[in-house]
This record gives sequence, structure tokens and C-alpha cells, in this order.
Amino acid sequence: MPNYAVWDDKAASSLIDEHRAKPGALLPILHALQERFGYVDGGIVPTLAKALNLSRAEVHGVISFYHDFRDSPPGRHVVRLCRAEACQSMGNEQLITHAKQRLGVDFHETTHDGRFTLEAVYCLGNCACAPALTIDDKVYGRVDAARLDQLLDQAGKRP
Amino acid sequence: MSVRVFVPGDSAALSVGADEVAERLAAEARARKLDLTIVRNGSRGLYWLEPLIEVQVDGARIAYGPVAVEDVASLFDANFVAGGAHKLRQGPTDEIPYLKKQQRLTFARCGITDPLSLDDYRAHGGYRGLTRALELAPDAIVKEVIDSGLRGRGGAGFPTGIKWRTVLATPADRKYIVCNADEGDSGTFSDRMIMEGDPFVLIEGMTIAGLAVGATEGYIYIRSEYPHAFRQMNRAIELAHRAGLLGSNLMGSGKAFELHTRLGAGAYICGEETSLLESLEGKRGQVRFKPPLPAIEGLFGKPTVINNVISLASVPIILDRGAEHYRDFGMGRSRGTLPIQLAGNIKQGGLVELAFGITLRQLIDEFGGGTASGRPFRAVQVGGPLGAYFPEKLLDTPLDYEAFAALKGMLGHGGVVVFDDSVDLALQARFAMEFCAIESCGKCTPCRIGSTRGVEVIDRIVAGTEIGKNLTVLDDLCETMIDGSLCALGGLTPFPVLSAVKHFPEDFDRSSPRAGRRSAA
Repeated sequence: MPNYAVWDDKAASSLIDEHRAKPGALLPILHALQERFGYVDGGIVPTLAKALNLSRAEVHGVISFYHDFRDSPPGRHVVRLCRAEACQSMGNEQLITHAKQRLGVDFHETTHDGRFTLEAVYCLGNCACAPALTIDDKVYGRVDAARLDQLLDQAGKRP
Repeated sequence: MSVRVFVPGDSAALSVGADEVAERLAAEARARKLDLTIVRNGSRGLYWLEPLIEVQVDGARIAYGPVAVEDVASLFDANFVAGGAHKLRQGPTDEIPYLKKQQRLTFARCGITDPLSLDDYRAHGGYRGLTRALELAPDAIVKEVIDSGLRGRGGAGFPTGIKWRTVLATPADRKYIVCNADEGDSGTFSDRMIMEGDPFVLIEGMTIAGLAVGATEGYIYIRSEYPHAFRQMNRAIELAHRAGLLGSNLMGSGKAFELHTRLGAGAYICGEETSLLESLEGKRGQVRFKPPLPAIEGLFGKPTVINNVISLASVPIILDRGAEHYRDFGMGRSRGTLPIQLAGNIKQGGLVELAFGITLRQLIDEFGGGTASGRPFRAVQVGGPLGAYFPEKLLDTPLDYEAFAALKGMLGHGGVVVFDDSVDLALQARFAMEFCAIESCGKCTPCRIGSTRGVEVIDRIVAGTEIGKNLTVLDDLCETMIDGSLCALGGLTPFPVLSAVKHFPEDFDRSSPRAGRRSAA
């Protein structure tokens, strides 16, 4: 997930061309853009609208509807903590408080050094190994504060 | 001869270190010059034992778990490859009571086979259902599914075969099979387990659905929180294609079925079927008015079968063994088996597939072994974030669609989340409203605004402000949401809220010593 390319309109346009023929192509295109660049630059909205014969408002409406799509680059690593019931029953509140304190950010924020973005997620399907979280694309279960510190230390050392 | 060792590639097993264990096993085997074949199977669903590794000894599989990387060397020292004694040895996997007491139909292969081996899949009964379906007329396939009594396992419990019959009877130039793999309910993971642990069963089920209703194209809509399942389904589809089990000539029959996957984008509401269809069409995931039903005007305006993963994955065994075999399990109007997901504050969490009818108490005590924290049980939420909270005195309720509905709860997708006595039900009720506010698609007012007002009212109650009056307002608000919402999100969010108020009134009386225990604990 990390090591995103710097936003490039030309590369973005060729990704759009690659997927535009699919039925209901907008979500697959947005995923492809975000996978490459880490976010969907607002400047691409008119191009997207034209390619898919939609209005700019429709495209903007879709991008802003879904929690996944970002309009600015994330930190180098994205940490997502599960806030849902099964994790609540195993004390995720303490874990969330700990993560916010340790990183010095709230949900949807990025640390000053650009290293971590903290997000909330509602269920990772790891409810029998709660509390759960992800760092980039990797899921972790049965996480306590000490384990979280360890995971953040490891991730922080990666580029 | 090479020894076969199984290390789950299931994402929950990975979350507790299965990859690292597999790597260490391979390295240790090389160092000791042992010929080891490591199979990355699905999970058996005994999650408290994950990573659960198994070794094949004389035709039986011996389990060891939970295995940490540090345990690997000692396992070799104990000669685990021959089933040797070790503190983590759990005995023959099939004899573990948790597993032995289950009735696994839909999950018959999960954790046993190599998920991406078609040979394995076939050797364990795979593609027998499709073989039979290819010999039957469409209405005969539909009849088989109706007769099995299978009801939608996504949550609503609508008879699957009746949906199929409507699509079959609706003439169109194009029809679709859509699989709802947007498993967003907290406490549920059975869809994920099937997609990661036995993906071909879903492909086979969807292919049978296509034959039954005359659809030649299918989509699996997988939530983005399941990247692992998404990749696994894509690999399985590719393999099925190469083997002629998808494409223009299914098993040489001349019949066609194509299958695609699509990724969701973090919207809980897209688990609602019409919202999912909107999302598949590349739009905002906003709920549609019904009618028209998706069976008449669904994806891209065409007749569409939209079913949950477990519903579709149960179809192959129904076709293979016959409707009667499946229907013979269960109680009342809830036929067959339910893959129950036991989660939360529970000692032995995991997947328990059983005929309908087991009680919550049996489930929590006999399978779950009590709370993980060791503290007393206090509440259980069944059916995800829209399901009711039940207290101890309702634990003798059997898992049955009608029994839960009678208590103003629902079975939903079969998720059971256990809480110990540190839970504060007023805060759980607040969370239900907050979650609805975050995830509402915004189309109807009761859900969009009602949920926000709900959070505010509960905040006032928690602050001790005119509790009686605010409870009346909360009750009234819930009634509006139930009666006035367009879909189940707004319509069912009051269930956890009202059940919390009804069964745990002491948590709403903030002057009582009981209230606010979680923060005190």
C-alpha cells in the first residue's frame, strides 16, 4: 500500500482509459487511482465526468459518498482501528485512546512527520480475534497497547 | 515421502501470525532436512486456537495451536510431523468437541481443502451440484431450492427459491446474478471465511443460480475491508475459467456463465441490496424505492438475483444431496443450517455451523466456554449492529428467525457478540445511533436526521438530564425511525436501542451505581 506515485494527470487519464469500458466503471476507476496515488485528486473530476458521460456533480457525489476515497495524500502508513461492537466488547476504547495519544492525532488525521494516518473502520471480519486493526494492507488481531506500540515501531522503520 | 502440514491462509489466522509461523516452519524444515509440504488452507473456524496448524499422519489430521513463531522449534523437537506430544497438541482435529458437535454443510470443506485446488474441491464433493443442475430444467433447479426451505442468510431471511422463481419468470434479454459479499455487520465473518477458505463453492453456487434463472453474468460485490478475500476470489475465478467451469461452455454443456468481482468502498449501507446495486452501477450507494423489486428491475434495470454469500454457497450441497437432505435440518420455518459466528468477549470464538434451534445459552456456554475476560456475562448482541441486546434471562431463546422476531430482535447474518459485565448499555445504544448517523445514505429523513437526534437524546440521558422525559422522546423517535425509514438501516437501528432500554433500564438511570460501569471498570 505505501510508496504511492506522485499525482500525474497523464497517468491518471491512462488509468481511466484502462477501466472506462467496464459497466459501472466509476468505482473501479476510483480504486485504481487511489491504489496508484493514494488519493483521488479533485482536479481529475472533469476528466472523469467527460470519460464516463456524467456530470461533474455526479462524480464528486460518488467520491464524497464513500468513506474509502481521499482527496489528499495519506501518511506513509495508514492505521485503521476497528470501532465496531465485537471489538468494543474486548476493550477497543482503551486501544483507540492509546493510539491517539501515542500518535498525537485524532481519527482522519495525519501525524506531523507524515508517517501515519489514523482512521476508524467498522468491522474487519476479525471479530473472534478482537480487538483488531490494520496497518496498510495487513490485519492484526488480539492487539493490546503494548502490541500496538510494537507494530507502530516496526511500521515506522519501514520506508 | 513429504509430510503435509496445513497452516491457514485465512486473514484472521494471518492477523495472529500464521504467515510468520509458515515461514518459520519452512525454514526449520530446511535446516533439519525434512521434506515438508505446507498447504495454506482456510480456517477451521476455531479462532481461539489460531494459528492452528495441522499435520497429516496416517490419514488423520492432528492439530496444534495456537502456535507462535517461538513454538516452531519445540514442535519439531517433539516430532510433531509424526503427531508427537506437545503442550499445544489438540489431538485429531475432527475429534475436537467444538468441531465434532457441528453440522457442517455449507462449511463442509472450509479448512480441510487447499482453497485454490480444484482437484481438492472435486475430491470433497465439489461440482457435483453443478453437474446435476446441468441435467435439470431451470424450473426444476428453482423447485429444488424452494423445497430446501433455504432462506436468505444475509439477514432478511427471505426464501431464496422464491426470489429465483420471480427472476426466472421475468422475461428479459439479459439477467444478472449478484452476490452480496458486503459483510459489514460486526461479529460476522462467515462470508469472508468462505471466500478465503472455499471460494469455488461460491462460484459453483452462483453458476447454478445462473442456470436456474437464465442469467449468464454474475458479480460478486466484496467490501474493501476484505482485500484478502477479494484477491482469493479473483484467483479462484481465474482457475475456474481455465478449467472450463466458467465461461462460454460450462463443463462442455454449451451453457455460459461469466463472473466478475467488484470492490466496495467502505460504505456499510451497500450491504442493503438496492444500495449495493447502485454502487455496482458506479453511483452513490443510495437505497432505491421498492417496488420494483430487484428480481424484476435490478442491476442495470435487468432482472437480478441478489443473494448473500452463504445463501449462494449453500446451493451446491442442496443440488448435490437434494432438497430433502437440507430441509431435514432445522426447526419450524427455519430450515437447514446456520453458520453462527461467535465473537466478542468470548473464550472460544469461532464459526459454529448448526441446524437452527440451538439456544443462545448452549452456544455461549457449550461452545464459547464463557467470557474471555473471565468476568460475568451481561449481554449478547445477535444480528450485527442492527440486532437487539439480550440479557441473561433471554438466553434460552432458540436460534430461529421467528423466535427472534417475536422478541423484537433478529438473527440477521448469524453474528453473536458477547459482552461481560463491564459493558454500559446506554453507551451501546448511543453507538447504535452514532453508527446509523455515520453510515446513513441520507435518502430518507427518519434515518438521516433521526439517528443524529438519537445520539443527542441519549447524550442527555447519560448526562442525567430529565431522564424520564428524554426516554419518552427516544421511544417516540425510535417509532418514527421504524415506521418511516426506507430500508433496514434506519428501520432497525432502534432495535439495539430499545432492547437496551427495555432489558437494561438500570444503565439509563444514571444515578444508579450500575450505570457507567465500563468507564469505571
